[in-house]
Amino acid sequence: MLVVDLLLALAALATAGQCLLLPGLFRAVANLMAFGLVMALIWVRLEAPDVALAEAAIGAGITGALLLTALGQLPASQRDIQPARDGLPRRIIPITILVLLITGMLWAAILGLPKPGLVEEVATLLPESGAEHAVTALLLNLRGIDTLLEITVMLCAVATIWSLQQAIPPPTLSHYYPGLPTLARWLHPLFLLMFSYFLWQGTHAPGGAFPAGALLGAGGVLLLLTGSIAWMYQRAYNLLLRWLLAAGLLLFLITALAGLLMTGTLYGLPPRLAGYFIIAIEVATALSITLMLMTFYLFGRPGAQQ
Amino acid sequence: MRELLGAGFILLGIPFFIASTVGLLRFPDVYTRLHALTKVDNVGLGLICLGLAVQASSIAVALKIVLIWGLILLASSTGATLIASSALRHGPPPLRSDSDDSHAGR
Repeated sequence: MLVVDLLLALAALATAGQCLLLPGLFRAVANLMAFGLVMALIWVRLEAPDVALAEAAIGAGITGALLLTALGQLPASQRDIQPARDGLPRRIIPITILVLLITGMLWAAILGLPKPGLVEEVATLLPESGAEHAVTALLLNLRGIDTLLEITVMLCAVATIWSLQQAIPPPTLSHYYPGLPTLARWLHPLFLLMFSYFLWQGTHAPGGAFPAGALLGAGGVLLLLTGSIAWMYQRAYNLLLRWLLAAGLLLFLITALAGLLMTGTLYGLPPRLAGYFIIAIEVATALSITLMLMTFYLFGRPGAQQ
Repeated sequence: MRELLGAGFILLGIPFFIASTVGLLRFPDVYTRLHALTKVDNVGLGLICLGLAVQASSIAVALKIVLIWGLILLASSTGATLIASSALRHGPPPLRSDSDDSHAGR
């Protein structure tokens, strides 16, 4: 398998290099998407299938489609921006030094890791955490604050997009490309099935809120871009949309406060109740992630006065 | 026996991948390249999925592999149609070999 690993590493370097060095924005975006797919394969090789799924769905799929849509809305004069290539020979020495420095720091960090890691500690805490799978227990209980901050960052991104401009409704495609809306509608039950499966699987196997939300988000973006979801643009549903977007974060905070009230420490959930809290948080977080990924594709604030 | 059958199907599928990669690199315009690419998804991937499904440990796994093939068929045919119709609307018209064709260069 060494050959496969080497090929993957080479492919990652090659796509990253092409993304940065080749002229033309379209080529850069295409290479970035290929890079995301290669990274997903590398995560599979590192035996982290949940990270691989999130990387494939978010890194390659949703980000790539977002960049492609943005590219489509640029005026033609700005699409052929050339990368600054002239200064490359001059910059090659500082770049090399920087890369070597970062590699050295990472290497030192790896050497400094406690042997054999924290697996034992997590395993002893697992019965008290309310989840049966170590990754889920880590993400939602033991290191819940990390997940909380991640969701906050995503909510900030939505707020930033909404503050830029009004939402742009999707173009009417069904006249020119009748196949696409039909495919999006036919596939959506399958997206829903996979979403429920990952959510259910999260307590005892790789899966959980982030991969599930990313998957349903991808299906939702497909529906949104083909104009099959009208309610998100309507003023009447704006308040509901805002509450749903914040649901994951709010439930997380409520849990933290409840832990504070019940046991005296933030997030100090009693083991008896932790399982129920984790399920509630996981469902709410997954739904919020789905909707947040979809609202990126509104390209602005929905629900304007008509 | 099943191992051999599966390996046979996979070996049959590989030439389709090679041929359509060559086609993707050598064909002159977007329509013919699409034509080359769809052969991989239909026949090449179909044969490889069949080979893997024959070797699968259970019927459920085999059905999942066939489902993957079916989904890729749906997605790739829709994608190919989208790219082709988008190219027809905005891009260059298809190349034609005989310039006497009355429809040429429409």
